[in-house]
Amino acid sequence: MMGRPTIPISGIPSDAEGPVFCEPWEAQAFAMALALHKRGLFTWPEWATTLAGEIKRAQAAGDPDTGATYYWHWLNALERLVTEKGIADAGLLTRYHDAWDHAADRTKHGDPIELRPEDFRPA
Amino acid sequence: MADHDHSHEHGSELSETQLRVRALETILTEKGYIDPAALDAIVETYETKVGPRNGARVVAKAWTDPAFKQALLKDATAAVGTLGHVSPVGDHLVAVENTPQRHNMIVCTLCSCYPWEMLGLPPVWYKSAPYRSRAVKDPRGVLADFGVALPKETEIRVWDSTAETRFLVLPMRPAGTEEWSEERLADLVTRDSMIGTGLALTPAEIAK
Repeated sequence: MMGRPTIPISGIPSDAEGPVFCEPWEAQAFAMALALHKRGLFTWPEWATTLAGEIKRAQAAGDPDTGATYYWHWLNALERLVTEKGIADAGLLTRYHDAWDHAADRTKHGDPIELRPEDFRPA
Repeated sequence: MADHDHSHEHGSELSETQLRVRALETILTEKGYIDPAALDAIVETYETKVGPRNGARVVAKAWTDPAFKQALLKDATAAVGTLGHVSPVGDHLVAVENTPQRHNMIVCTLCSCYPWEMLGLPPVWYKSAPYRSRAVKDPRGVLADFGVALPKETEIRVWDSTAETRFLVLPMRPAGTEEWSEERLADLVTRDSMIGTGLALTPAEIAK
């Protein structure tokens, strides 16, 4: 009812009011930024500046930046701000990343993946 | 970033990106910065409740209520606030009116600032580098890509959004809708018409 599909020419990706998030993680990353902003961890201009910086960095590294990688930039910006605000350093992020990886490995395919203390590498 | 490629005969697989998102979410939850239930509520709101319909209602009201239109053009944040919509993310919303003399288009050249509370989440092309750069350099060409041809005399004005100031285009009311109710008019207002990459539908187009 709302909107007509647009015609893809000249490198502008089209959409016909497709899904707002392509994968669940995009929605999670999106919501985390909004929640942290609401808590006053950063201002919205601060967020926009960080996000714009990540987009520039990705473009410089060869990302065609067609909008499909938008939430990657979003996630990079989120990690950057969380680190800059001193909430978690890169080491902590890696530690939890690896623990989740371990949790996935030991979880039977199809079962919900849960993080347990034994998933963490001894500090 | 490549997904890791261990082979898991029996285990599950999370992509590199999923691992990073889960790591962040767990840390932020454990430290008390976020509440997973609140995250789900945010996602649900943006997936189901906030969409271009919000903006369409504002436009239809402006078309039928001259006092509201005046208020909207003067201070869109305040005018929209009186309608009880979702609270704005940025500070300042500005409505720009299309006329036979001037067509307005919005873009965010740096990232993708967008009037979310009015239009929902931005479409993928709005976030793309080609749109962000071409909208400024060649707005008429971009409009042509979207199937919109404007008279030569119509000036095209492109508004670059920022985190503080976001824009909403007030499209022209289609001819032949003089007797239409606000509700019916809202169906003519497309998302793209409020970004300025489209026009409001005509009665003939919606009848199809």
